[in-house]
Amino acid sequence: MPATTEDRRRAVITGIGVVAPTGLGVAEHWKTTLAGQCRIAPFTRYPDTSPIRLAGQVEDFDPAELISNKFLVQTDRWTWFALAAADYALADSGLDPATLDPFEVSVVTASASGGNEFGQREIEALWARHPSAVSAYQSIAWFYAASTGQISIRHGLKGSCGVLVADSAGGLDVLAQARRNIERGGVAVVAGGTEAPLTPYALVCQNDLGRFSRASEPAAGYRPFDSAAAGYVPGEGGAVLVVEELAAARARSASVYAEVLGHAATHDAYHHYDPAPDGRQLARAMSEAIGRSGLTPEDIDVVFADAAGVADADAAEVRALHTVFGDRAADVLVTAPKSMVGRLYSGGPPLDVAWACLALTHGVVPPTVHLDPASAGHGLNFVVEPVRPARLRTALVVARGVGGFNSALVLAAPGPAEGPSPVHTEER
Amino acid sequence: MTGNGARRPRRVVVTGIGAVAPGGNTREDFWARIVSGKPATRRVTFFDASEYRSQVAAEADFDPVAAGLTPQEIRRNDRYGQFALVAGSEAVSDAGLDTGTWDGDRAGVLLGSAVGATMRLEDEYVVLSDHGRRWEVDGRYAMPFMYSVFVPSAVATEVAIRFGAHGPSAVVSTGCTSGIDAIGLAAQQIEEGTVDVMLCGGSESPISPISYACFDAIRATSPRNDDPEGASRPFDADRQGFVMGEGCAVLVLEELEHARRRGARVYCEVTGYSSHANAYHMTGLHPDGVEMSRAIDEAMAQARLNPEDIGYINAHGSGTKQNDRHETGAFKRSLNGAAYRIPISSIKSMIGHSLGAIGALEMAACALVIDRDAIPPTANLTTRDPECDLDYTPLTAREAHVDHVLSVGSGFGGFQSAMVFSRLKEL
Repeated sequence: MPATTEDRRRAVITGIGVVAPTGLGVAEHWKTTLAGQCRIAPFTRYPDTSPIRLAGQVEDFDPAELISNKFLVQTDRWTWFALAAADYALADSGLDPATLDPFEVSVVTASASGGNEFGQREIEALWARHPSAVSAYQSIAWFYAASTGQISIRHGLKGSCGVLVADSAGGLDVLAQARRNIERGGVAVVAGGTEAPLTPYALVCQNDLGRFSRASEPAAGYRPFDSAAAGYVPGEGGAVLVVEELAAARARSASVYAEVLGHAATHDAYHHYDPAPDGRQLARAMSEAIGRSGLTPEDIDVVFADAAGVADADAAEVRALHTVFGDRAADVLVTAPKSMVGRLYSGGPPLDVAWACLALTHGVVPPTVHLDPASAGHGLNFVVEPVRPARLRTALVVARGVGGFNSALVLAAPGPAEGPSPVHTEER
Repeated sequence: MTGNGARRPRRVVVTGIGAVAPGGNTREDFWARIVSGKPATRRVTFFDASEYRSQVAAEADFDPVAAGLTPQEIRRNDRYGQFALVAGSEAVSDAGLDTGTWDGDRAGVLLGSAVGATMRLEDEYVVLSDHGRRWEVDGRYAMPFMYSVFVPSAVATEVAIRFGAHGPSAVVSTGCTSGIDAIGLAAQQIEEGTVDVMLCGGSESPISPISYACFDAIRATSPRNDDPEGASRPFDADRQGFVMGEGCAVLVLEELEHARRRGARVYCEVTGYSSHANAYHMTGLHPDGVEMSRAIDEAMAQARLNPEDIGYINAHGSGTKQNDRHETGAFKRSLNGAAYRIPISSIKSMIGHSLGAIGALEMAACALVIDRDAIPPTANLTTRDPECDLDYTPLTAREAHVDHVLSVGSGFGGFQSAMVFSRLKEL
């Protein structure tokens, strides 16, 4: 299990599971995406007290239909999303974990905030009633490890399982952890993140950042990189991916969406809430991820931006992109399809990875909605409707977390260099 | 630490240790406590626990002002974050690192925490919900920095800012193995070459009503309220569950040549780490310990050790019947006859079980065992459990020159982890 480049075991993504405002399952998600449908909608659950008017909500999600009662009663909504997304991802990959050595298959998930609804309900039970009113499942539903543990149990996966918390950026770091598990001998990893932060107490905590959009019109709520950018809209859901060792994927003739190439994470270490204005560490994460992929910035065809939706943070990301791409910054495609769903915290980056995989597979870059590229004058080539570029072989996915976490990951279409690995072709 | 016969290109060593623990808020106090055999457990003083089944705790007597934190640091950080800043500073100072001149781009932070800012989340909830009366809480009563309370990643951010660490940073939250896993993942990153220094470990301050209520509900914590000092009794026939603790340990992990170039003192080398899930039950354990045994086997293979090479085992030793039997089974499965000869102990008998921090405190203890030639005992082990028939080092510390220590952790979610620390040896 050496980490030398010569004999490095390669990791590829063979399954996508989406539970997000764009839909349930990869087909619905991609259809919504290509139609450029914004799924940010009025948030009406707590109209009198909520600090938000808009949210990206997962509609038509029937947990009782998707998740067996045994798992349902002991888990929070965030874990329901994760369990459902893992099921979708495994089904999409065609991988049956029961056919593998369970010690070689692991689960790695990210969570920014854990089981919010379950947690609030049980703290309420304690304080409004009595300590003995607290559920026997509180200890395993609220904590950040719940989704990984439950997915591991549901599918019998005994590999090196993990849970990362780095605000939103953790949702991208899990792909690096998945690749590490593959490099160190694992055969498959169920990796991703979901979030369910739209509950009263959780929303008060998020509101503390002062970055929520105050808009009530969905088209005005979350406009990253636009001159009208004035905050973000929170959302729920996310995505789970199946990451497999390349040779094992080939051996079972699996369809490959993309190879997981280089990753880098950095930290601004600048301010507990605000990103460093110079974007230096963000740029370093991007450059190092590209370098560790054995590529140069010229090789990157599309960037899936973090897209904070707040002017200063957007400006820092723009600065970082100019630093990394130099003269090419005006040419490289930049997109933020999350403008359709809002910011899903740790669910966001895995959804971006899903989008990047689908883009590489179908040759189509998903759009950023509600962005007038001319308005902000960032000097970048933003994608505002689905485009089919002449070359679409590599994608750089960027994620940031509150406090200064930066994470960047390069994905590449499975190429001829690695032989006849079939690509997902049909509209899935 | 790469396994299966590969030559190690980059070795990882421990060069600094900082600790905040029940019974002592420094590394030296912590060490003195765990070799004393005297439990730091007592009746809960942080809140009125009279209506709870378990009313005992291992509380740290920690004063953030006396520990040198500024008023704004205290405001921003829940107790576990305060611990991390203090233990982090002690570790960096112990390592002799000058963070003013180091290459911060090559230094990261990886800290374990199982439950994050539970204390402040609960305290603030009580106000915002008016004692649980309002599901739709009143945000106008919110104190500032609630986002830092909301996301445990804030603790990594605070430590990264304090030391100017610009490398990869995150919180690892694999329940009660968070601390050991954070150190293991940090070592892997140094070994892979993306960083030279990692500040890693774990921090937790879970002594609050909601934590007690949820562990009461599954009868995991000890109700031995009339004998608080005897409440944490791993491997003892009369054990009744674990005693909640709190604390933090931060280790400075460093690439060996990096440490050598600056003439750093080396406590030990990280020679093996592995983790597996049992995929069985969120809180239940098979008595056979197969998954923990697998993690032990892999960690020892990475370190290229045979069972008889291990001089000390730091047990998970939580003091629940199922844990103590589970890991005893795992030790026998992995170490065969040697399992009966190797001294084993649980420092949880003295400092309680601090969830996501304890794995880091235990690795700090292991590094000190190698450095100090002594093995801490298992306190309160007075009556043998026939099913736990190994040498658990009852009651009193032993002198011993130990070259290799094995530590294990086991946590809710089914996580089973093992790590080996070794006395530094030239290859």
